Amino acid sequence: MMTDLSSALMICLPELILAVGAMLVLMLGAFGGERSTGAATMFSGAALIAGAFAAALGPHGTLFAGAFHMDQLAAYSKVAIYVASAFAVVMGYGWMNRSNERKFEYPVLILLATLGMSMMVSAGDLISLYISIELQSLALYILAAFQRDDARASEAGLKYFVLGALSSGILLYGISLVYGFAGSMGFTQIAHAIAAGGANHGVVFGLVFLICGVAFKASAAPFHMWTPDVYEGAPTPVVAFVAAAPKLAAMVLFVRTLSMGFFGAHEQWAQVLLVIAVISFVVGAFGGLMQRDVKRLLAYSSIANIGYALLGIAAGTQLGVQAMLVFMVLYMIDVTGFFACLLALARNGRPITQISDLSGLKGSKPGIALAITALSLSVLGMPPFSGFWAKFYVFKSAFDAGLWQIAIAGLVASVVAAFYYLRMIKIMWFDASPAPVDGSPSEARWIAFACALFSFPVVLIALHFLDQSAGLAAASLGLH
Amino acid sequence: MTIGLAHYLAVAAILFTIGVFGIFVNRKNVIVILMSIEMILLSVNINFVAFSAYLHNIQGQIIALFVLTVAAAEAAVGLAILVTFFRNRGDIAVDDASMMKG
Repeated sequence: MMTDLSSALMICLPELILAVGAMLVLMLGAFGGERSTGAATMFSGAALIAGAFAAALGPHGTLFAGAFHMDQLAAYSKVAIYVASAFAVVMGYGWMNRSNERKFEYPVLILLATLGMSMMVSAGDLISLYISIELQSLALYILAAFQRDDARASEAGLKYFVLGALSSGILLYGISLVYGFAGSMGFTQIAHAIAAGGANHGVVFGLVFLICGVAFKASAAPFHMWTPDVYEGAPTPVVAFVAAAPKLAAMVLFVRTLSMGFFGAHEQWAQVLLVIAVISFVVGAFGGLMQRDVKRLLAYSSIANIGYALLGIAAGTQLGVQAMLVFMVLYMIDVTGFFACLLALARNGRPITQISDLSGLKGSKPGIALAITALSLSVLGMPPFSGFWAKFYVFKSAFDAGLWQIAIAGLVASVVAAFYYLRMIKIMWFDASPAPVDGSPSEARWIAFACALFSFPVVLIALHFLDQSAGLAAASLGLH
Repeated sequence: MTIGLAHYLAVAAILFTIGVFGIFVNRKNVIVILMSIEMILLSVNINFVAFSAYLHNIQGQIIALFVLTVAAAEAAVGLAILVTFFRNRGDIAVDDASMMKG
């Protein structure tokens, strides 16, 4: 299908807005210096919101010889990613103001990472897959080491970079094998090759490498080594960003690659994904038990949650993909709220990061304590919070696909994981407070409250709409 | 003996393995890790170009050019992060990057 240039540009308008926006903000910052950080933040936020509208309302189509797909799936994920990034821009600006280093690079890097993610969810061949992943990752490495004078942040950035570059190499090696043995880069051509000749060993071998590379970006175990360190060391608004949008982008990339390109090899990749899923939720549940740092704890929680989301993909059905999409968006909202709560908490000007520091929070900050409680209950999957519905969907799709043993293992793991959320709640509500906490910044507080309110009761109203749009998005892949 | 596709693939696989080992076995300094990463990316490029010639398909060479560009960007970002790390710690030994554990 050929499209003329102007309609092609309309189809990739969200990406154009972000790319041009990022360059404009960079120019603004280069000429205006630190004084222009406020304007750069506003402009980036506006670009993200405009991009979200363009993605939601713009035309759909396939561009550039199949390298770029704009369909319901891409539109759904782009809106979610852009909104999450806009929250990260806002939280980062407040945080930079408080720590007195207003750097205009922060919104620029967020925009570039978002551009990469936005291309990830649209990638239709292996070249655009690789380029988009790299664009996202390179921006995230810098963001992780953003606090240049902080030893932990630069260590986090260094670890993220080394392991991320290794995973890119593994991904690329997989791409080269798939290309060589399937004969093409495009997902549709690969699907034809697999349908014609079956999945030969070369393709499956390459596919396993490719899955490992993307699993790393999604922080699924056993490729999760970077996650706890980056979560602990990187600045909190950056972690709020890394923990939400890139995960959704990597999962959507998984779904699109595997179901558009490799559906003929479903038997092979489903096994790999199931192994990764089981290891992820086991590592996530047990690894979290020992943690004393809230951000590290949330890192293990994210590893476990990626495991649950992978169940939906491994099912290989439209219902599974729909469940995964609902799950990821609800999880993104919870985790953004969690990090907003952490941003809102400080004692004597130092951010609170240890779980023990949360003790007695009900006395000094009842609102935040309530928000953390709601979000913890939601992430652990307590009905009627949003996390329950998310897990319910995923496990249901796994049961329907006949994966009931794995689903039961997932349920057990989530019961184990419940321990550390409940311990956090107990410390907040029943332990004595060591010292008063500082007043919390308004933007973090409002985002925390909004996310907590979403996890219950707003989710009951929003779920129907979310489910419907996720259903449309999943249908665009043409699975059954 | 003619040099066929299999030879190129073998060389690439060997270089790739050396690169991966370079990252994990190396206990001295981070520059060696950057070199290993570069080696991994270039070994993959051998694969791409060999397949491209074998399949008479241009896409492999196109992505090889992209990989070279990305490798340059990656090295720039990596060295920049390494510089901040060095400024904070005064050393770039791999074993030093262990403030956070668990």
